[in-house]
Amino acid sequence: MLQVKSLTKSFDGFKAVNNANLDVQNGEIVAVIGPNGAGKTTLFNLISGILKPDSGQVLFKGDDITGLPPYEICRKRISRSFQVVNVFNRLSIFENTQISILSRQKKTWNLFTPSSSLAVNETNELLKNVGLYEKRDHISGALSHGDRKVLEIAMALGGNPEFLILDEPTAGMSPEETTRCIDLIKGLREKYGLTILFCEHDMEIVFGIASRIMVMVRGGTIVQGTCEEVRCNEAVQDAYLGGSDVCLM
Amino acid sequence: MATGILNIKGRIWWIVALVVLCLVPFVLPRFYVYLLSIILLFGLFAMSNNFPLGFGGIYQLHHAVFYGVGAYGTALVITKSGLSPWIAFIVGPLIAAFLGLVMGIICIRLSKLYFGMLQISLGSLVWAVVYRWYSFTGGDDGIHGISVPDIISSYKGAYYFTLIVTGISLYVLYRLLKSPYGSVLQGIRDNPVRSSMIGVNVKKHQLLALVIAGFFAGVAGTLFVVVDNTVFPDMMFWTLSLEAVIMCLLGGWLTFLGPMLGAALIVIIRTFVSTYTLYWALVLGIIFTLVIFFLPNGVLGWIEDAVKRKPNLAEAKE
Repeated sequence: MLQVKSLTKSFDGFKAVNNANLDVQNGEIVAVIGPNGAGKTTLFNLISGILKPDSGQVLFKGDDITGLPPYEICRKRISRSFQVVNVFNRLSIFENTQISILSRQKKTWNLFTPSSSLAVNETNELLKNVGLYEKRDHISGALSHGDRKVLEIAMALGGNPEFLILDEPTAGMSPEETTRCIDLIKGLREKYGLTILFCEHDMEIVFGIASRIMVMVRGGTIVQGTCEEVRCNEAVQDAYLGGSDVCLM
Repeated sequence: MATGILNIKGRIWWIVALVVLCLVPFVLPRFYVYLLSIILLFGLFAMSNNFPLGFGGIYQLHHAVFYGVGAYGTALVITKSGLSPWIAFIVGPLIAAFLGLVMGIICIRLSKLYFGMLQISLGSLVWAVVYRWYSFTGGDDGIHGISVPDIISSYKGAYYFTLIVTGISLYVLYRLLKSPYGSVLQGIRDNPVRSSMIGVNVKKHQLLALVIAGFFAGVAGTLFVVVDNTVFPDMMFWTLSLEAVIMCLLGGWLTFLGPMLGAALIVIIRTFVSTYTLYWALVLGIIFTLVIFFLPNGVLGWIEDAVKRKPNLAEAKE
């Protein structure tokens, strides 16, 4: 479904992403792991169009989407959430989600119909699915970190994606919130038939839900394979554990 | 879910305010009616500035240029073309909107403060042209004694015209803010990167906000021509833009009517304090500093917060 071919991006000579390769099949959950600064978020920014790559290609369902602006990539039904919470802080949960849905329905140029009469049912439905319906009128800037992370996912789902990119979905969450969030992601995947690409530091989550794993070190892909293949791969042990013979997890 | 624009209580307040404003010319002397007209049109000017500033997150720092160009557009059509003034009243704002589009296309490449700085530069260029072009714009003398239709030439007529046009403009701005476009614009204000990632073309939406702001600034400029029958280059000098931004911040830049309140405060301070001292701006400065310190959301923002807190307190007691 998504193929990344020898993608490269440098900032002032520093190669943040250097010859990264990735392949995600329809319906899979693929995790990207790697030490801090390996270039995971940069890779996601390149795929979602926030950054333009220096070289390499991103193909989505066979179409070349390399370097398209984010709003066009979104219209190809690729959505993402962000590592650092990125919501509309002064608006309510309902409005945040509604804007995302209105944007998908191409109603953002509608100048005179009151928003309050549009996409109300869809928004409520989506909020019920992610468990934020009771808090729909809360201003999102005043929410707990965990709720805002879930709101991120709701906003990403508002675009009715086939392909969802989650950048550290559980970062900064308490253990209970993490469990809830992982269950939510699993449930949503089944409900919406999503293909998911995510990155995460918590190996328990990674090995728990990913069908395949891609390992990045210093901007490049060192291996992509099933959990078993990655777990005892020498290069991975080298990167994570400094060359000891112990398997990850 | 309310589908109407305002709830019943809100509507009653609006109607009361409108009735009071309609009765003013029968009660107050001429000077105060004139002052109220100025407050209304400055309020519209500030609110049109706040449309991109407070709701779009765009640093619209030289808004006066659209106000001035709208006024000059109207004045020049009336004095030079011989067309009906009613047509001029539409052409003036359209010229301002067009300038908003042109300057927007140039400035929108930059963001935040850089946008504002480029806008101030380009706007000052327009000011310089108007200031020097004696044969066409009257240079620093401006244009005086612009004739308007008889029905609105008296101070009462001008007041009612200002009231009606301001009222309609406010209604349109309100509808725009409550529309999907308005929601998206506020989303862009809070987070442009996120907006683009949910499929919004950020720059295009911002550009429309600039055109709308230019148009309504032009409407305010046109109203000044009706009320005062003059135009002069100071109307598009950068200091007036600064005043407009202060109006927004003073009244509450995240509220709809805040800039109108800010405009009222500034016009009143300028009018009454300046009869006692030349340094009225000093008084304004002190008040403004105090507001920034103690009411960071502006006067109306503070009132709205207080009203919102009240029911919560009642719930907490229960």
